Amino acid sequence: MEIRINGLKETEDFGIKLGRLLEPGDIVCLNGELGAGKTTMTKSIGIGLGVEEYITSPTFTLINQYRGRMPVYHFDVYRLENVEELYDLGFDEYFFGNGVCIIEWAEKIERMLPEDRLVIDIKNGKNIDERTLHISGHGPRYEELIKELE
Amino acid sequence: MLTLAIESSCDETACAVIKDGREVLSNIISSQIDIHRKFGGVVPEIASRKHIEAINNIIQEALDEANCKFEDIDMIGVTQGPGLIGALLVGLSTAKALAYGLDIPLIGVNHIHGHICANFIEHRDLEPPFTCLVVSGGHTYLLNVRDYTDFELVGRTRDDAAGEAFDKVARSLGLPYPGGPHIDRLAKEGDKDSISFPRVYLEDDSYDFSFSGLKTAVLNYLNQEKQKGQEISIENVAASFQQAVLDILVDKSFKLANETGSKKIVLAGGVAANQGLREMMEERGTKEGIQIYYPSRILCTDNAAMIGSAAYYNYRKGLISGLSLNAEPNLGLN
Repeated sequence: MEIRINGLKETEDFGIKLGRLLEPGDIVCLNGELGAGKTTMTKSIGIGLGVEEYITSPTFTLINQYRGRMPVYHFDVYRLENVEELYDLGFDEYFFGNGVCIIEWAEKIERMLPEDRLVIDIKNGKNIDERTLHISGHGPRYEELIKELE
Repeated sequence: MLTLAIESSCDETACAVIKDGREVLSNIISSQIDIHRKFGGVVPEIASRKHIEAINNIIQEALDEANCKFEDIDMIGVTQGPGLIGALLVGLSTAKALAYGLDIPLIGVNHIHGHICANFIEHRDLEPPFTCLVVSGGHTYLLNVRDYTDFELVGRTRDDAAGEAFDKVARSLGLPYPGGPHIDRLAKEGDKDSISFPRVYLEDDSYDFSFSGLKTAVLNYLNQEKQKGQEISIENVAASFQQAVLDILVDKSFKLANETGSKKIVLAGGVAANQGLREMMEERGTKEGIQIYYPSRILCTDNAAMIGSAAYYNYRKGLISGLSLNAEPNLGLN
């Protein structure tokens, strides 16, 4: 699925809609250049999940945890030097746990991710505020989720 | 009183021995030691497992350098959060074992409180109250520090930390990690007025920060110039970007100081090592009659000495933790 969005408001609308549809155990992967809007998208998904705190960038801490309708784990693996470091973080407890995982720069750790997941690639458009979202669902749960998003 | 302090909230395994909250007897940080010789392997950046491998040696080193033994220690201070859960747990479990084994008090410390206290070590005469700006790779906080253990959080980032913006812009300019010092250096050679980047002040009455838009503006500028085939002056980008960050940090800090009538502004955290920030703060401080304080570089970055200082002041307030103390990755202030 491909969606073109223009400006912050449309990003928020999409994120909130997605956040409302998410269930415990869901995994959302976000890819895109620096400044593409991954953290902005995560903030909006967080609102849809009922997170009331500010969601801030986890680049430094790698994982931030929030309380929404269910636990929300916000990853940013930008700074990881090698994927093995994920083992030291106990990533599997998060990926296969009861919260929602939102992972920025997920493509860097592709082989560590569960096979079933939602992947959103954020691409810059011609205008500064324009973005194209390429959304793909791997596995039945996420194919279903995409249908609901449409 | 001697405090043995442990800090393991993120990348560094650190241990220090502090006397009476202000005097450093030793301050050991893992990455400064000849790791290959001591541990027979490299300590990678982020790994709780590596904290485990390092911590006992670091503690011994801290005791040796302070010229004391476990029996001389009066209390154990340890970072409780915020930070990485796995990394925090290593320091916390070690601290608990020591406190239990030696039968001395265990004091949990907020990492941000530690950064503030780095200034008490550096400036023996500094006393609260003051306005404090804590800026690092992971944190951006503006605080009213009312007393040694009493602070009010007034502003924080709503997206990226100040130091994170530095690192990300540095990376897009092809500079090595951590990028802050490189931007700082290049900024001196560039023209800070050459490129107009946005200053995001948010609502009029807000002391919060937002640096994500500035980061994006710099990236957009670089892309546009590249598309036009223009030569990019990284000195000018560094200078203009740094000025945009500093304008906001300095303006908001002075606004708060003036509002509260504080005559002291205290800087803490890794970005407090930024030469541009220090100079701009001091320049404005001289004009407005406000004294500026900041720690030396070693005390700006994550270290255990600052945790030892904070632990001492917590202890004096009777803030002693039980052995059930838990790590809090998202520990807030107050």
